[in-house]
Amino acid sequence: MIALLADIHGNREAMTACLADAERKAAERYVFLGDLVGYGADPGWVTDRAMDYVARGAIAILGNHDAAAAGKPIAMNQTAAEAIAWTRGMLDARQRTFLESLPMAVEEADRLYVHASADEPSQWHYILDARRAHKSFDATPARQTFCGHVHSPALYLLSQTGKLFGFRPTAGVAIPLLGSRRFLAVLGAVGQPRDHNPAACYALLDEAQNMLTYIRVPYDVASAARKIRDAGLPPVLAARLEQGY
Amino acid sequence: MARQLAPGDVIGGFRLEQKFHHGGMGTLWKVSRADIATPLVMKLPFLLPGEDPLTIVSYETEQTIMPRLSGSHVPGFIAAGDFDGPYVVMELIAGRSLLDRLPELPLPVGEVADLGARIADALEDIHRQRVIHLDLKPSNIMIRDGGERGAEAVLLDFGLARHLDLPDLPGEELDGPIGTGVYIAPEQLLDIRNDRRSDLFALGVLLYFFATGKRPFGEPRTVGQWRKRLTRAPLPPRRLRPDLPPWLQEIILHCLEVDPRRRYQAASHLAFDLRHPELVRLTARAERTAAGGIFAALSGWLRQAHARVAIAPEPIAVGEAAPIIVTAVDLGEEDAALTQALLATIARLAAGEPGARIACVNVLKLPRVALDQNEDEEGRNLHLIRLAELKHWAAPLARLPNQLTYHVIEAIDPAAALIEFARRNHVRHLITGARGSSKARRYIGSVSAKVVAEAPCSVTVVRA
Repeated sequence: MIALLADIHGNREAMTACLADAERKAAERYVFLGDLVGYGADPGWVTDRAMDYVARGAIAILGNHDAAAAGKPIAMNQTAAEAIAWTRGMLDARQRTFLESLPMAVEEADRLYVHASADEPSQWHYILDARRAHKSFDATPARQTFCGHVHSPALYLLSQTGKLFGFRPTAGVAIPLLGSRRFLAVLGAVGQPRDHNPAACYALLDEAQNMLTYIRVPYDVASAARKIRDAGLPPVLAARLEQGY
Repeated sequence: MARQLAPGDVIGGFRLEQKFHHGGMGTLWKVSRADIATPLVMKLPFLLPGEDPLTIVSYETEQTIMPRLSGSHVPGFIAAGDFDGPYVVMELIAGRSLLDRLPELPLPVGEVADLGARIADALEDIHRQRVIHLDLKPSNIMIRDGGERGAEAVLLDFGLARHLDLPDLPGEELDGPIGTGVYIAPEQLLDIRNDRRSDLFALGVLLYFFATGKRPFGEPRTVGQWRKRLTRAPLPPRRLRPDLPPWLQEIILHCLEVDPRRRYQAASHLAFDLRHPELVRLTARAERTAAGGIFAALSGWLRQAHARVAIAPEPIAVGEAAPIIVTAVDLGEEDAALTQALLATIARLAAGEPGARIACVNVLKLPRVALDQNEDEEGRNLHLIRLAELKHWAAPLARLPNQLTYHVIEAIDPAAALIEFARRNHVRHLITGARGSSKARRYIGSVSAKVVAEAPCSVTVVRA
C-alpha cells in the first residue's frame, strides 16, 4: 500500500492528520508529489518531516513552490510570491538544499510520479481537462501517472481505443485501475484543498490489487489558519483553508 | 491467438469442466477449484484485436462492478483475471432463466405480479448498492430454485451497468444509446446513465410482455425505431388481454411513463404495489383504452433532458429520495400526547421527502393459542374495525402529499411482525411510539426495543 500526498504547502496539521490516517490504513510506502512548502505557516516542520520519510525510503518530487522556496526564479501570482518570500526566510540551509535536490519526476515499475503534467514538467502545466491530460499521457509510456498541482482530485482514463475521459472520484471508494487502460490520477491537496471541501485529501494505492482510493481527512483547520494569520502571511490564505477553495 | 479450450484445461487455477454457451461476446464454462465447494461458472470474453469495443468494455465493466456487489440477488463473485488472461469466475446459479419462460407467455396475472415483485426486490437490492443494471431483460434474470426466502430473482450480466461512484466505462467508450432495443428506457436513448428508474422502465416492458405475450414497443432494430418510445405510448395491455385487472395495467403503465419523474420512484414502491394489489391507487392509466399518440406533457421533459445531457458536469444520482416509511400505530392505549408527537414526527419527515410513501401499520395481536373466534365472523369484524380505527388515527396525515397506505397485520408477536413487514417491503425508516410505563412492558418486554435491535432499517422511537 502506497500513500500518495501532494501539495502539503507547509500545513503541519493537515500533513499530520493524513500521515496518521495512512498509517492506520497500513500504508507501507510514501510518495510526496511536490509542493511541500508555500502558503502554509510551517514550511520548516513539513520539510523536516518529509526528509525523515525520505531517509526511510519515501519518494519526494519537486514542486514549483519548492523550487521557488529554494531560490529558483518561478513566475507566481502576488499572494503566492509573498508567501514564498516569507517561506524562504523560514528555511535553513539544510532544508533549502533538500528542496533543491528533489527530482522533477520518478519512474517506478509502470508508474510515473510528477508534480504537474508529464509533458514539459518544468513548465508546471495544470491538468484541468481531458485535452491537457492527453498531452500528459502522450509524454510518458508509464501506465499510471500520479501528480498534483491542481488541488482538486480527478482521475483520467485512457482506453485501448484512445477514448479519454475525466472522472471526479468519490472519497473512500476504491477505484480499480484496470490493466486494459492507462490512468492519470490528479491528487487533491493535503494542505490547501480547492474543491470546496476543506478536508485534507490524499490517496492510497493498493499495488497488489491495483486499486486507488482517494481519501478525505478532516483536520484542525482552525489552528492552521490561525498560524497563517499570526505569521503575517496574506490572510486570504487562511480563509481559503477554512472554506476549501 | 485463438483459444481452443477443452475440458480439463486450467485457467487461473480453475479447471474447465464443461462448456455451456458459446456466444458472440465469449464463452461460458462450468469450472471447479479444489478449495471451493459451490459450482462455479467462468466467463471468457473474446478480446482479440479488432474485436467490438462493446465486448471489451463489457468485460471491463463486469470486472469492475461484480466484486462490489453482494447479497443473494447477484451471483457471488469469485475471481477475475487480468487483461492478458481475461476471465470472470462467479457462483453458478441453480435455477431457471426467464428466457426459458417465453414460450409460456402470457402468464397468469398472479404469476406476473409475483415474478415482478421478486425482480423489483433484486433491483432494490442493487440500487441500494449504488448500481443500476441498465440492461434488464429475461435473459439476464434467473429465478433461484428454492432458497431460504423462496425463489429469489438473480440479476446477471453487469456488462452495461453503472456504479454511481465509479467511472462510467460503457457510457464514455461507446457512442450512441447502450442497451437492448426492446427494453431500453427513454432517458438511456438520451445517453443518461445515472437514473435508477431506467431499470423500472425495463421491468415495466418485461411485465407488459409477460402479461400479454406482446412486447410494448415491438422488436425495434434501429436506434431510430428505438426512439419511437419517446413520443408514442404503447397500446394499453388490457386491450390485448381484457381480463387483465386494472391494477396491473396501472402498475405496468406507471413503469412505462416516458418521464422518469412520473414513474415509480423506487423499486421498493413497485414491489410494494405488486404485493398489495388491493392498495394500488388507480388513476386514468388503469382505464386507458386507446394507444397514445404524441404525449402532450412530454416535450418539456425532453427539452430539459437534452439540456441536462449538454450541461451535466458530473454524475447526478437521482431517484434516491423515495423511501418507504412505516409508522407503527398502537391503538390499544389512548395516549393523545404520544399520538400528537408521532404525527408531528411523521409530518416533519415527510416534508423533507415528498416522494416517500407512508405505510401505517397496526398489529392485531393474536392469542398464543389460536381460538376459533379469530377465524370466524367476529375475527373479520375485528380486523375491519381496526382498519377503520387506523384510518381515523392517521386522518391528519391525509393532508400530506405523500401516498398513504393502511395495514392491519394479525400476529402473535407484534415486534416480529413489524420487523418482517419492514424487511419484506424494503422499508427505510420505521417510526414507533414508546409508551412510558406500561405494566405489560415489564412482563413481555418492549416492542420498540426489539424493533430497534432487529429491524433492517432506521428506527425512530418517539416519546410524548
